[in-house]
Amino acid sequence: METARILIYDGSFNGFLTSVFKAFDEKIVVSDIQSNAISQSGLFSETETVFTQMDLAKRVWNGIQRKSNLAIKNIYFAFLSGQKGIELQLYRYILKLFAKKQSIATDYADEIVMKISQLAKSVGREKHRMEAFVRFQLTQDGIYFANIEPDFDVLPLISKHFRSRYADQQWIIYDVKRKYGLFYNMESVEIVTLDLEEVYTNSIQKNKAFTNEEYDYQDLWNDYFKSTNIKSRINKKLHTQHVPKRYWKYLSEKKEAV
Amino acid sequence: MSFERVREKLNILADAAKYDVSCSSSGSIRTNKNKGLGNSSGMGICHSYTEDGRCVSLLKILLTNYCIFDCAYCVTRKSNDIKRAAFKIQEVVDLTINFYRRNYIEGLFLSSGIFKNPDFTMERLVAVAKKLRLEENFNGYIHLKSIPGASDELMFEAGLYADRLSVNIEIPTISGLKLLAPDKKHEDFTKPMLKVKNEIVRYKSERKIIKNTPKYAPAGQSTQMIIGATGESDKDIMYSATHYYKNYNMKRVYYSGYVPVAEDSRLPSIGSQVPMLRENRLYQTDWLLRFYGFDIREILNNSTPNLDIDIDPKLGWALRNLNHFPVDINTADKRMLARIPGVGMQSVNRILKARKFRRLDREHLKRMGVALNRAKYFMVCGAKNWETKDLQPETIKGLILQSSQGKFRNKYSSQLSLFN
Repeated sequence: METARILIYDGSFNGFLTSVFKAFDEKIVVSDIQSNAISQSGLFSETETVFTQMDLAKRVWNGIQRKSNLAIKNIYFAFLSGQKGIELQLYRYILKLFAKKQSIATDYADEIVMKISQLAKSVGREKHRMEAFVRFQLTQDGIYFANIEPDFDVLPLISKHFRSRYADQQWIIYDVKRKYGLFYNMESVEIVTLDLEEVYTNSIQKNKAFTNEEYDYQDLWNDYFKSTNIKSRINKKLHTQHVPKRYWKYLSEKKEAV
Repeated sequence: MSFERVREKLNILADAAKYDVSCSSSGSIRTNKNKGLGNSSGMGICHSYTEDGRCVSLLKILLTNYCIFDCAYCVTRKSNDIKRAAFKIQEVVDLTINFYRRNYIEGLFLSSGIFKNPDFTMERLVAVAKKLRLEENFNGYIHLKSIPGASDELMFEAGLYADRLSVNIEIPTISGLKLLAPDKKHEDFTKPMLKVKNEIVRYKSERKIIKNTPKYAPAGQSTQMIIGATGESDKDIMYSATHYYKNYNMKRVYYSGYVPVAEDSRLPSIGSQVPMLRENRLYQTDWLLRFYGFDIREILNNSTPNLDIDIDPKLGWALRNLNHFPVDINTADKRMLARIPGVGMQSVNRILKARKFRRLDREHLKRMGVALNRAKYFMVCGAKNWETKDLQPETIKGLILQSSQGKFRNKYSSQLSLFN
C-alpha cells in the first residue's frame, strides 16, 4: 500500500491549487497539505514540497469553476480564512466535488459542505465589514492611507471594490497583521510592504504625516456621529454587535472610546 | 471653508435630521465613469452604527432647519425655540466629497425644513445634487427629500440627479394629519409621489427602446410614518403602508417610533417611552409582505387589529392557522416552507437545494440554521411522526416562550425568578 504523504506548499492559493493538481495527477494518498510557514511533519508520513505552477493552478481553478461557480467562490473564501487545517478540509471538499456528476456545493445537509459554506460566509462578512470600516487619512503626499487589522486575509477580496470606487485618488490600504498592503496609483493596484514606524490608528494625537485638514474632517465626522445618535433609543449591545470593539481603534468616529 | 462655522452648522443640522429613519443606500447601480469619484454598487454599505444601533450609511443632514410650518411632531416646527442654521450649497458639496473620499459614507441624504416656500427649498436641494454630479463627477448615492408642495418641474429635475426620492407622510391616517399638521394637506404629499412614480414608469419603458435613456430615480421612492403619536392601530398603519407600496410603487416604507420632542397636549408627553418593540413588529410584518408572500389581510384584520407584542407576527399567524400545519419539509413548496415559524428565507433556499440530494431530517435542519425550538411544532421531516399534533395554540406559545432566549423574553416571562 502506498504511504500517505504531506504536501508542503508556499502558503499561496495558487500553491494550494498546484498541490491539489499534483495529488490528483499522481494519485497521492494525502495525509495533509501544509503551508511551509507552519509545516509540521507527521510521524508516519513522508513530506513532499510542491512548487507553485500557475498553469497547473489555473487548470484546477477552471476545473472547479466548470463544476460550480459557487464551489470555487466558497473554496477561495474559505481558504482565505487561514483557519488551521483548512487545506485538508478543502481537499476533501474538492474530492467530493469531482466524485459526483452534479455539483455538491448546495448539498447543505452534508457536514463538510455546510462547514465550508459557513466559513466562506464568515470571510464574506469580514470582507463586507472592511469595505465599510476602512477609514482613509490624507497624508501630506496626497495619498489616502488606511490601516486595517482583519481576522481573515481579505485584502485580495476588497481590492476591486476600492479600485472602482476611488478611481481618482491615490490610496493605500495596509494590513498591519499580515504586513502587506495595496497601493493604487491611479492606474493599477500594486502589492506593497512598508516599514511602518507606527501604526496609524485614528488617534487623538496628531501625526505630522497627515494634513491639518485631515484632522478637521475627522473632527467633523466625529461630531456628526454624535449628533446623529438618538439618546432615548440607546442600545449599546446592538451597537457593539454591529461594530465589534476590535475594529474601534481604526475608526475616526470612535477616537474617544478607545 | 471655515471649519468652526461648518462644525456648528453640522451639529445643528445633523441633530435635526436624525429622526428620518431611512438609511438605505441600496438598489441603485451607478458605475464610476471616466475615472470619477465613487459608485453605487446596488448593495449599499453601512459604514458605521450609532449608539442606538442604527445604520450610518449616508451623510444625513438638513439643508436648513428654518421652517414655515408648525407640525406638532417635528423638532424643526416654527414655534419651537431652537437654534437655527442653514448650509450653503458649496458647504454640503464639500462635506459630502470629503467624507466620501475618506470612506465614511455611501453618499448624501439631504432633507430640509421649508424656508420661504416649497419651490425655493426644492430648488436648492436639486442644486446640491446637480453640482455633485456635474461638477464633482460624483457617482455615489444621493437621496433627496421631496418637499411637499414642490412643483412638478422641480420634482422631475430632482429625479435626474438623485438615486432616491422620498416624501414622508409621517401620519398614517388623514384625520391624524389634520390634527397634528394643520398647515399640510394630504395632497401635498401624494402629488410629488405620483409625479415621481409616473416618471419612473415612463423612463423605464423608454429605456427598453432607447438604451441610453438616463436613469430616473433608479432606487425608487420611499416614505416614513411615525408610530404611536396618534392612536392608530397596527392595522391602520400596515393598510396604509400597503396602499403606498401598491399605488405608488414604494421601494420602502419606514416606521419610526415616535420620540417625544415637544410638550403638546395632542401628543405623548416628553419622557414617554419610544415604542421600539411595536416598531420592530411592524418591520417584521413589512418583511412578511415583501419577502415571504403574505397578504396583509392574513396578518391584520378586524378580528386581529393589532400585532402580538410577545411573539413575532409569523408565529402569531401560524398559531391562529394551525390547520395549515404540519408542513412537510421534504415536499412542501417554497411558499409554505416560508410560512413555518423559525424558518427564514435563507433556510428556505437551503432546504430547497439540499433536499435534491437526500431526504432531510432534523439533524440536517439544525445544521442548516433552522430554529427548531419554534419550527418543530409546525413541520414534519424524515421518519419522525408529528409528535406535537394534539397541542393547543396557547400551549405551543407557552412552550416556545419558555425555550427561547429572545431579547424581549424577560419582559414577558410570567415565571418569577427566585434568586434575583
